[in-house]
Amino acid sequence: MSEHEYVPKSKAGKWFNDRLPLLTLGAHLTDYPTPKNLNYWWTFGGILTFCLLTQIVTGIVLAMHYVAHADLAFASVEHIMRDVNYGWLIRYIHSNGASMFFLAVYIHIFRSLFYGSYKSPREVIWIIGLLIYLLMMAAAFMGYVLPWGQMSFWGATVITNLFSAIPLVGDSITTWLWGAYSVDNPTLNRFFSLHYLIPFLILGLVVLHIWALHVPGNNNPVGIDIKKPSKDTVPFHPYITIKDAFALLVFMIIFAGFVFFTPNVLGHSDNYIPANPLVTPAHIVPEWYLLPFYAILRSVPDKLGGVILMFSAIFILFVLPWLDTSKVRSAVFRPLYRQFFWILVIDVLMLGYVGAMPAEGIYLVLARVGTIYYFLHFIVVMPVVGYLEKTDPIPMSISEPVLSGGAEPSIARKMDEKV
Amino acid sequence: MSKEEKKVNRRDFLFTASYTVGAVGVGAVIWPMIDQMNPDKAQQALATTEVDISNIEPGKSITVLWRGKPVFLKRRTQEEIAEARNVKMDDLPDPQKDEDRVKEGKEEWLVMLGVCTHLGCVPLKDKGDFNGWFCPCHGSHYDVSGRIRKGPAPTNMEIPKFEFVNNNTIKIG
Repeated sequence: MSEHEYVPKSKAGKWFNDRLPLLTLGAHLTDYPTPKNLNYWWTFGGILTFCLLTQIVTGIVLAMHYVAHADLAFASVEHIMRDVNYGWLIRYIHSNGASMFFLAVYIHIFRSLFYGSYKSPREVIWIIGLLIYLLMMAAAFMGYVLPWGQMSFWGATVITNLFSAIPLVGDSITTWLWGAYSVDNPTLNRFFSLHYLIPFLILGLVVLHIWALHVPGNNNPVGIDIKKPSKDTVPFHPYITIKDAFALLVFMIIFAGFVFFTPNVLGHSDNYIPANPLVTPAHIVPEWYLLPFYAILRSVPDKLGGVILMFSAIFILFVLPWLDTSKVRSAVFRPLYRQFFWILVIDVLMLGYVGAMPAEGIYLVLARVGTIYYFLHFIVVMPVVGYLEKTDPIPMSISEPVLSGGAEPSIARKMDEKV
Repeated sequence: MSKEEKKVNRRDFLFTASYTVGAVGVGAVIWPMIDQMNPDKAQQALATTEVDISNIEPGKSITVLWRGKPVFLKRRTQEEIAEARNVKMDDLPDPQKDEDRVKEGKEEWLVMLGVCTHLGCVPLKDKGDFNGWFCPCHGSHYDVSGRIRKGPAPTNMEIPKFEFVNNNTIKIG
């Protein structure tokens, strides 16, 4: 693992480390050579770890007071809000924590897209990350069902009905997911069980994600391969830990702002109405972090087609490392791709906006345009731009920026010659 | 040596037999773990509901809960029945005659699951472009016979199994 053999100083440490090399692992994590030019977009890995642990800790506490039964769930959540000591605080941290988690993960994903962190040799890190993202969506969806309000109930109904679009076995699968003939008490019960399980699956995947990261090491803003350790790297501790800690503090201030000043702004007021299977709310909207996919679902006037397209929007990301044909990682040196990247950002934000609006008129048109661009971006733009683009010269190392090292031919030109 | 390799020997047989028995064993354990999620006996026991329909005026409808889902019982006027029967089959995305959606001799009673066939929302009555129901979630329009006319829903609203116990009572399920 580590380049040099670590030997604990104390006798007891040596005795323990010979039997379980935890101290070697600790030394590896401390000394881990990190590119010295990492910017603040690289601090979201640490922030996400914090988010996961926050959700697990607050979630375990909430589960001590919550009752997963259709007749009691809504009242038990109100009990947490009114009666349980600091229950309001813990629940608001948990519910806003989900939003903060997604905010951080979207920045983390777009960071990867901009700096090409998904490209060789980091494809496995990318795929594990996407699996974490999928599990996050499942956990968030099931968590939103637990208070058993109107949005809980009808959100659960709409999402589980997505599976009824599957030909032949769709209805059987939906009934199986429900454990009843509609979303009902058995559904709530199993969602609670799975909602409790998933964060620990995520935790396991996070370990693999970091393990896979530590094999090639971090990508960096200029996206070039660097020697480790070298004058291009700094040890993870204290250089990166202190930078991560500062970013985390800023993040926590924003987080606390939501929790203490606008704890319900990201939720939907209809979820403070107890679930009623006879009345559907006028506008069913998912939580903000799922809105782009909801817009894609609604942009298709066909049930099965909409469901297929929505799932494809996520699964297409899994093959992204092989759709991108450019050998240059960082968009800093890719003038053409860089523009398309920002179009994608705007496109996803726009899809999120129209996902919250009624599916009619101009919103439907925008949703369709947005959906078409989303898929074009990955299927056409990524492969084609990689071939056509004339990339800017790339520095030889982080320490020698391209301008000062004028005598050195750039890697980019070398690559062009090879192609 | 090569001849002996091709022959199926005792060890190959033992491997295959072990894998087979193992696979059957794993399957036998997995199936209960999967099937436990299907509706249990208590859920299945809720399979029928009897509804008193004596108080429903022509043109009005009520909604009852059956298996956790809303069921619309609408007593249609003669004009509404005529409207439903005058629709051309070509105009229907999921062609079905109104006659096939009601009981013969009881044409005024439309009994159907009040569940949008798109993603399961409850459509609103007396709304939409076709004088029937309109689903607010994703904009599906149903006509006075509960048939899909416009929007993302793939099929007509479902007619559950039901029967008239007597002139005043309907048994659903």
